[in-house]
Amino acid sequence: MAALLELRQVSKSFGGLRCIQELDLHVGEGEVVSVIGPNGAGKTTLFNLVTGVYAPDSGDIVFAGDSLLGLEPHEITARGIARTFQTLRLFLNMTVKENVMAAAHSHTRAGILRSVLRTPGMRREEREIEKLAEERLSFFGQRLMGYRWDQPAYSLSYANRRRLEIARATATNAKLLLLDEPAAGMNPVETHEIAELIGRLRDDGGYTILVIEHDMHVVEGISDRVVALDHGVKIAEGTFDQVATDPRVVEAYLGTKAAATK
Amino acid sequence: MTEPTDPNTPRVGVDEWVASHEGRRSRRSGLLGVVERELGRVPPAAFYLGFGVIAALVPVLTSNGYTIRVGFDTLLYMLLALGLNITVGYAGLLDLGYIAFYGFGAYGYAMLASPKFGLHWDTLAVIPIVIVATAILGLLVALPSRRLLGDYLAIVTLFFGQLFVTVYQNGEAMSALGFTRKYDVTGGPNGIPNIDNFNTLGFHVGSLQAYYYVALGVFLVVLLAVYLVDRSRTGRAWKSLREDPLAAELMGIPVNRLKLVAFACGAGIAGLAGTMFAALNTAVFAADFDTPTLIIVYAMLILGGAGSIGGVILGAVVVNVSLEVLRTPSHATWVFYVLIAATLVAKMRPWRWLAAVVAGTAAFGFAAHAIVSAAWPRGVHGQAVVGGVLGSGLRHWVVLPANPLTIGNVAFVLLILAVLGVTLLHGWVQRLALIPTLYLAAFVWENRLAVEPSVTRLILVGVILIVLMNARPQGLLGTSRVEIV
Repeated sequence: MAALLELRQVSKSFGGLRCIQELDLHVGEGEVVSVIGPNGAGKTTLFNLVTGVYAPDSGDIVFAGDSLLGLEPHEITARGIARTFQTLRLFLNMTVKENVMAAAHSHTRAGILRSVLRTPGMRREEREIEKLAEERLSFFGQRLMGYRWDQPAYSLSYANRRRLEIARATATNAKLLLLDEPAAGMNPVETHEIAELIGRLRDDGGYTILVIEHDMHVVEGISDRVVALDHGVKIAEGTFDQVATDPRVVEAYLGTKAAATK
Repeated sequence: MTEPTDPNTPRVGVDEWVASHEGRRSRRSGLLGVVERELGRVPPAAFYLGFGVIAALVPVLTSNGYTIRVGFDTLLYMLLALGLNITVGYAGLLDLGYIAFYGFGAYGYAMLASPKFGLHWDTLAVIPIVIVATAILGLLVALPSRRLLGDYLAIVTLFFGQLFVTVYQNGEAMSALGFTRKYDVTGGPNGIPNIDNFNTLGFHVGSLQAYYYVALGVFLVVLLAVYLVDRSRTGRAWKSLREDPLAAELMGIPVNRLKLVAFACGAGIAGLAGTMFAALNTAVFAADFDTPTLIIVYAMLILGGAGSIGGVILGAVVVNVSLEVLRTPSHATWVFYVLIAATLVAKMRPWRWLAAVVAGTAAFGFAAHAIVSAAWPRGVHGQAVVGGVLGSGLRHWVVLPANPLTIGNVAFVLLILAVLGVTLLHGWVQRLALIPTLYLAAFVWENRLAVEPSVTRLILVGVILIVLMNARPQGLLGTSRVEIV
């Protein structure tokens, strides 16, 4: 399987804190890879490195054959990587539909002059963006449809905001989705739904997915491969069963036997 | 896959709340509800067109030069607020140097169409040059500050605004870093006089009416452009970077470039407004483009509701027309009493308390007037500023001493203390205390404030702004924004 995303010996420090240390990671096309690890393990920093929010101190990040180093975040998004946020970052005072439409920026072209003149090309593009947004929102069934299109994003419930973030990320026409704890703060029913959704994103949507998740049922259900991080170091990699039974992973989550019995 | 018909398993995407939405919406009943629904159906463009028609009728209905002049100034302010709305309302960049672009545009027109340098270029050539030059200046200001946010951006742009005033006020002897001899570029404190009127292709814009229509036409064209951009890809990108710059960047929006574009667009519109200002006034002075003008434009934008085009129109009308109306003491007196009455009607519940307070204040006044006229006849010899029914009523109600200066000053201080005191009280004690406070307010108004309109109008406009912003923090036509949920 060709690697869509590949991290080679990537390191990142903040002052003396080494968040990511010589990390190697690859995500194949069409794969769902889960990143697990205790809080502070460097999972979100990994996402920030891939999306260009931070520049790595050393190492290389390669996406679809090209290095991403030195690119601005919006350029990386335009190449096909989109993400959601652990702490939701929606455009709260814009409508649900506008949130999704705004994310189509990188693959549309109409500038100010064409918008003012309302050229036929601009109007066609606008219709396409709107259709794209409606289609991406319909992915979530009725939940984000109908009257909700024109409601401000802040009026949505927490779970619907998470769904909207995913819809917004898909509207960038990305190939690779980085989902940062998509099931955080959801009830068991909603968590179940998210797990199903991630499966559909890959099977029906054709996305490659790198996901950070703490809920082990979700991780077990969706992952082709699991990568465990602790203190910025990859401590285990493999199928869910391999990683879940790896002594170093158990230690990272629960401590050593000696520490536990003390 | 779970069986969708099994009621115990979750069904993906099924949402009863959405399905039952229509049944849950509460609607206002009766005539108000009908009006509200019908108004909601009218597209915003129709409102703007209606505004254009009404504004176009002003010079037809009145030949009063003063009124048309106020209308022209209001249109200029609207244009300025519209430009500021792009930078502040859409892109969320707090630009405190905005008024310098207005001045730059005005000086730009003055330099290219006046005896200053002997240039008398065609207006249709000058205006595009000025707009482009101002937009480039906006770009240059934004370039070093594009990574700054919020307060930091505000400080840098405020510095730029002050720099503009200082340079243009002292620009009568400028040299290039001391290498060349000194040239008079801006006319210094004397400004640039004798600026040409708009003049193009044989057409000559000379009368006030003509300028009014030019300003209205330009405003409507810019309004249409801004309206279209607001609903386009660029407009959505601006709003998303206002909401969350990091998320916008990560959704593929080149945030830094769009900030520059927003700055340049706002600046270009301000430059355009500047050319009209210079052409009508036929002289420009740097002091016209200082912080007070900036504050007025911001007051209009915020009062109307930042981010709303209709709000820009309404805000500019309310602020500028209030400022003008309050110049005349008798008009200001009407505004004063109507405001107090409106506030009481809006805030005082239940109705019987409203009636009691109004009746109590009236009775209190007549009693006070009777006592004072018996004990101290000179205390009712003054003149009310307003004539007519209101004036003759007030003469028998408010105590008007012949020489009100000292007693008026004392009463003013007492009024402030009384108002502060009333806010601390509760229940019926507060209502009771309101009666003498209202009377004191009327006394201070008649004896001290109404006779000095130049000071009073600013105080009153400030009070109007405070009251309106308390009632509607999002602005008159703005939508309330949620920052943290």
